Amino acid sequence: MLYFFEQFLNGIQLGMLLFLLAAGLTLIFGIMDLVNLAHGSLYMLGAYFAATFADWTDSFLLGALFALAATAVTGMLLEVIAVRRLYDRGHLNHVLGTFGLLLFFNEVVRLIWGPAGMTLSLPSEMLNAVEVLPGLFYPLYRLVIIGVTLAVAVLMYFLIMRTRLGMLIRAGASNREMIGALGVNIKLLYTMVFGLGAALAGFAGLMQAPILTVQIGMGENILIAAFVVVTIGGIGSIRGAFVASLLVGLADTVGRAFVPDLLHSFLSESASSSLGRALSSMMIYLVMALVLIARPEGLFPAAGK
Amino acid sequence: MSPPAKPPVKTGWSIGIVTPRIGLNIAVIATLAVVPVYAALTGNAFALTLFTRVVILAIAALSLNLIMGFGGMVSFGHAAYLGIGGYAVGILAKEGIGSGFVQWPIAIGAAALYALVVGALSLRTRGVYFIMITLAFAQMIYYVAIGLDRYGGDDGLTIYRRSGFDGLIDLSNRTVFYYLCFGLLLVSIYLVWRIVNSRFGMVIQGARSNERRMRAIGFPTFRYQLVCFVIAGAMCGLAGALLANHTNFISPAMMHWTRSGDLIVMVVLGGMQAIFGPLIGALTFLLLEEGLSRVTDYSNLILGPFLLLVAISWQGGIDGLIAGTRRG
Repeated sequence: MLYFFEQFLNGIQLGMLLFLLAAGLTLIFGIMDLVNLAHGSLYMLGAYFAATFADWTDSFLLGALFALAATAVTGMLLEVIAVRRLYDRGHLNHVLGTFGLLLFFNEVVRLIWGPAGMTLSLPSEMLNAVEVLPGLFYPLYRLVIIGVTLAVAVLMYFLIMRTRLGMLIRAGASNREMIGALGVNIKLLYTMVFGLGAALAGFAGLMQAPILTVQIGMGENILIAAFVVVTIGGIGSIRGAFVASLLVGLADTVGRAFVPDLLHSFLSESASSSLGRALSSMMIYLVMALVLIARPEGLFPAAGK
Repeated sequence: MSPPAKPPVKTGWSIGIVTPRIGLNIAVIATLAVVPVYAALTGNAFALTLFTRVVILAIAALSLNLIMGFGGMVSFGHAAYLGIGGYAVGILAKEGIGSGFVQWPIAIGAAALYALVVGALSLRTRGVYFIMITLAFAQMIYYVAIGLDRYGGDDGLTIYRRSGFDGLIDLSNRTVFYYLCFGLLLVSIYLVWRIVNSRFGMVIQGARSNERRMRAIGFPTFRYQLVCFVIAGAMCGLAGALLANHTNFISPAMMHWTRSGDLIVMVVLGGMQAIFGPLIGALTFLLLEEGLSRVTDYSNLILGPFLLLVAISWQGGIDGLIAGTRRG
């Protein structure tokens, strides 16, 4: 039972992290109608920036703050210089163009930081474990991730539902041409949305950096998982992204934790370990395929699409 | 070469019936035909290896163009078929079945069967959802391959003997193997050309431009698209079998999603909806990759922005540039 609860927390933590990536992706998808394969690169950049700035300032918190700002600025520059020119092209050209960006960013990182990975170490007080239930110790930092990302989610909710920028974002998601016609500075809105998405991706990267190694290509697999989230949730829907990230996060961790054991109860040791590994990695894609077969537009199709 | 043209007007120049496009296609085919001669004369064995790869991946890109370019079905999981074809050869070789007469039909059949299942499920969705669900299925196959401990798991599997054809043709002879791949490429091009210009192909293309209308005039578009999807899968499965024989090695990496991205790049770069487009795209992409990696250690610094530039400014890819017409 304790093991189950621990895995449940792990699932929530992964889900919240995916939400940070997926929220940006789904906004960019929903408003600019852009398939952005370079989103994972911003996640990677966030982690690299954080590791570098934390090294310079000797402070995790300062490093994280600088990294967040740097990723947002990179995102906005990227939008102004390159991405903006892709909007009126088809999805296929988005795939081609942002695939090019992904290759470019991987190479830039290799040029600047070298092929070896980096590590970002936590302040010592973060290394403790907390007794969340009697007998269950859970790493404090993972709880912090859950807390901080939840706070970001709430902030996002207020930003989108209660501010003028949020109103424009919602309007843009349901009808782009119309808000342009109403005199909204749509170019600026696009740049800000892209910057917001970049900041969220960078934030996810820097939060994850102390748990994993910071390395080239770290954004590629998680990008696909974030796409799965966006697709399950319904493209353009933040609410959908939130529900789907928890679903995907739980499916993935629960799959990894329990599928091999489950198989082991009726299969031999070696067969169940290799099959279990394959099945648990496939879990999120299975969920996605099932959802799309039942609901071809995702769980929460954005209105007006 | 070709004068600047405003879409969609064709630039009229040609030498006899040879338009720039036909000229380029003939030049590419002629070049591919003499690669082994060049390799033998100069002793440059690497050229033969490189161009064998070009020809094999051109077959894969050609099959992708059939569904993506002509059918409007953007599959972001096409590398899965390469993997399935390759693994069919590798697994059978490992289990002691070395005959190509068994390996290749199984490779093609397995890829076709997979395409049937994926197509039947994915074709319910449209647009970006279709892109994503094909990607999801390819990821599943990727993880299945990683889970195959007996066949190397993550590390992959070396194939010690190329497919045997009872002395009919000897694949271990690199020139023979090249010409076999080249021949299969020509057959594939012919096949795609026939399909595209048949009634079946017209329905597929009609469904791309307006599916609802095609259904309204009585075509069950789903069935047509599914058959098209399976044909493309089978063709790419064959390319996978060739690739496994070429590298003597299979691994999950050949199915990584970035490999699917490479195939899309080849098709778009060469020119969608052009019969020879994928071949020209595969040739350009792989030669560019190879050439740049010789000049600099950081070749993607150039290749990446180049792809971005193509996506922004070249509608219709190289073929569109040469033919002087712009395609949507």
